[in-house]
Amino acid sequence: MPIPNSLTAPILRRSTVAGVRSISSWFRSIEPAPKDPILGVTEAFLADQSPNKVNVGVGAYRDDNGKPVVLECVREAERRIAGNDFMEYLPIGGSIKMVEESLKLAYGDNSEFIKDKRIAAVQALSGTGACRLFAAFQQRFHPNTQIYIPVPTWANHHNIWRDAGVPMKTFRYYYPESRGLDFAGLMDDIKNAPDGSFFLLHACAHNPTGVDPTEEQWREISSQIKAKGHFPFFDMAYQGFASGDPERDAKAIRIFLDDGHLIGLAQSYAKNMGLYGQRAGCLSLLCEDEKQAVAVKSQLQLIARPMYSNPPLHGALIVSTVLGDPELKKLWLKEVKVMADRIIGMRTTLRENLEKRGSPLSWQHITNQIGMFCYSGLTPEQVDRMTSEFHIYMTRNGRISMAGLNTGNVGYVADAIHEVTKSS
Amino acid sequence: MRPPVILKTTSLFDSSYSCSSPSDRRLNTLARHFVCAHNPMASHDDISASPTAASDSVFAQLVRAPEDPILGVTVAYNKDPSPVKVNLGVGAYRTEEGKPLVLNVVRRVEQQLVNDVSRNKEYIPIVGLADFNKLSAKLIFGADSPAIQENRVTTVQGLSGTGSLRVGGEFLAKHYHQRTIYLPTPTWGNHPKVFTLAGLSVKTYRYYAPATRGLDFEGLMEDLSSAPSGSIVLLHACAHNPTGVDPTLEQWEQIRQLIRSKALLPFFDSAYQGFASGSLDADAQPVRLFVADGGELLVAQSYAKNMGLYGERVGALSIVCKSADVASRVESQLKLVIRPMYSSPPIHGASIVAAILKDGDLYNEWTIELKAMADRIISMRQQLFEALLSRGTPGDWSHIIKQIGMFTFTGLNTEQVSFMTNEYHIYMTSDGRISMAGLSSKTVPHLADAIHAAVTRGV
Repeated sequence: MPIPNSLTAPILRRSTVAGVRSISSWFRSIEPAPKDPILGVTEAFLADQSPNKVNVGVGAYRDDNGKPVVLECVREAERRIAGNDFMEYLPIGGSIKMVEESLKLAYGDNSEFIKDKRIAAVQALSGTGACRLFAAFQQRFHPNTQIYIPVPTWANHHNIWRDAGVPMKTFRYYYPESRGLDFAGLMDDIKNAPDGSFFLLHACAHNPTGVDPTEEQWREISSQIKAKGHFPFFDMAYQGFASGDPERDAKAIRIFLDDGHLIGLAQSYAKNMGLYGQRAGCLSLLCEDEKQAVAVKSQLQLIARPMYSNPPLHGALIVSTVLGDPELKKLWLKEVKVMADRIIGMRTTLRENLEKRGSPLSWQHITNQIGMFCYSGLTPEQVDRMTSEFHIYMTRNGRISMAGLNTGNVGYVADAIHEVTKSS
Repeated sequence: MRPPVILKTTSLFDSSYSCSSPSDRRLNTLARHFVCAHNPMASHDDISASPTAASDSVFAQLVRAPEDPILGVTVAYNKDPSPVKVNLGVGAYRTEEGKPLVLNVVRRVEQQLVNDVSRNKEYIPIVGLADFNKLSAKLIFGADSPAIQENRVTTVQGLSGTGSLRVGGEFLAKHYHQRTIYLPTPTWGNHPKVFTLAGLSVKTYRYYAPATRGLDFEGLMEDLSSAPSGSIVLLHACAHNPTGVDPTLEQWEQIRQLIRSKALLPFFDSAYQGFASGSLDADAQPVRLFVADGGELLVAQSYAKNMGLYGERVGALSIVCKSADVASRVESQLKLVIRPMYSSPPIHGASIVAAILKDGDLYNEWTIELKAMADRIISMRQQLFEALLSRGTPGDWSHIIKQIGMFTFTGLNTEQVSFMTNEYHIYMTSDGRISMAGLSSKTVPHLADAIHAAVTRGV
């Protein structure tokens, strides 16, 4: 029943009580938070007026014209979805179809674990959400454990496990001198961690370094982790995006599965399906049997419900439409390969450009590394010069998003890198 | 927190292992119980993790969690093969034909979005879409709200109402000096968990009076009076869930004065704006009352029901601060809560909402469709009330038409609810709450029969 204005007006007049105005803010002492190191780069880039500006900060794919891309397979999926009669809540664990397709993609179409229903899996808010659910789950059921994270890792990993209340330890990963993998250090740290520790591993296209173990190295890592009874948690944000072939990019996971590990896995469709803003992802945990998988899934749901109740529908519909239709899936595989190939091409071009300019440094790592990012080796001071003198935006750890490079700007960026490093 | 449970030996031995060597498995399991290989505090000498330790799950001790009490109702309903079953559980709107409803205005906008090839799917900012946030603030506070004019409001896009409440709760747990939130009794089943997991401790204040099936106003005022200064108070902006019992505007004014005099911090949950009375402005009055006095508050908005966007998870959290400077600092800290939770919110639902709110014609169309939904619910209330009267069902059922919004707190007890489910295939939450949106003229008689039978059987 509508409330007559005559009733509200006097109440609103009375309510401007002087006493309330004299109370100072409860939030007076709140400090301004530091900008997110990664997303803050794009904000700064957008604010820059220079016509030469280049954004090689955030890891979002761009085509050769520097434009964001909506995949054709996604557009077609959306055309089919529009006019859908269904906008109801998904189950707490998300779209069953989307989860099914995600498991096939990661564990293999004919995975025995899927057949045996041994995987507890829920749709999650992209990779971040999947990691957060797992971190909260780890905290709840193994409260005395820590998470071992590689040095370096995606900056938000720290925040995720911290906010979930799980302390962090580190293991050696990147070797600055070679701009490659510190394999000996990594194996040592796995050996020295207390038995049954939780390890965070990047399944492929390590972020931020682009440095991945070889297949042989993965086998040894798997062995050592098995010997110590550690729990391997994989963050896979770039399946298909690294090599262009999703099966190949899942190799590390398949090695671990063959070895008998009960893995945990966070999957994201942000990059490989270009669904960034849709927040589509999946968290899965391989269990001993179906009964355990049912129990674990139900517990994951208890964590999701007080966080967001159930996950968003649209992105899930896109994923399940694309992966569930053989034609669309074929198209997707083609489009993913195009993206990966362009990036691999840019790596080659950037390296050639730097070598052509007579740089005194070695730039081999640009083509040795894989995926969206290149750990250039630039120091924070050099990065600052890249920004202030050349309007090139990147994170201060020297990470370059290769997707931000194109035939139009790669020469300019090579010039800038050469300029700031030639005296080192 | 208790350490990993090592008591569930029976269930582990009972589990059907799919692995090929059961005796190996049992030995490994036993070893784990005596030695707890996954406890880093055990000395290294004690660790006898076998080479096959990798095949033992670290989550072997987990038990299956119970179904969510609210969403579990639909799960149970779906399993029921009866042709006369009725789902009055979760608060999702249904048409007179019992079908879910995607609003016409939403369909139109979705089509526009699909056809607009200039749109991309990039990450949106951590705080969500800027125009969505501004328009949401205008919707709840009023376009001419002094708080908005003075830039004292910070709004972030959230994952519907749940996500907005959770982000608000975590923000308060990190930055506010008081860690206790007072929830009305009863309240939405998910509230206590949302705030507890956010890091706050939960207390309650009296709200519903079973005797009158109305508001226990004295109890409410007493309990809020004795809350420590600075405590957070959760208020349902309108259409209280689960009871449908709202304070009058005069009562709201008294509540406001009390809250301000005790320096309590109000946190509004607004999940039904427009759905309660049919008028967006009328349903926002309680919130606007508080904003008008210049004080601070939080409000979580949901577009699940009033725009039918349930599964798209669209909502907003607004924090009204004393000054623009504080609001800006607050926003920066909200980002730090959101980033480690899900990085940034989903784009789709918010785009739909923004498109509707910013276009005069679409907005008007929306208000008409919204009023139609609210009116249908009001008419269901009327029909159910009359159906019970005509059956001569004992008791006073006038609360059905006095309560407001999606739900009616019938006053039925858990035993009566079970009876109605088992005998009449009526699905509702065990607290006696029914979702009026799930009723139609066709199903009202069946429900009335069920209530009548439940109330007149036995005692």
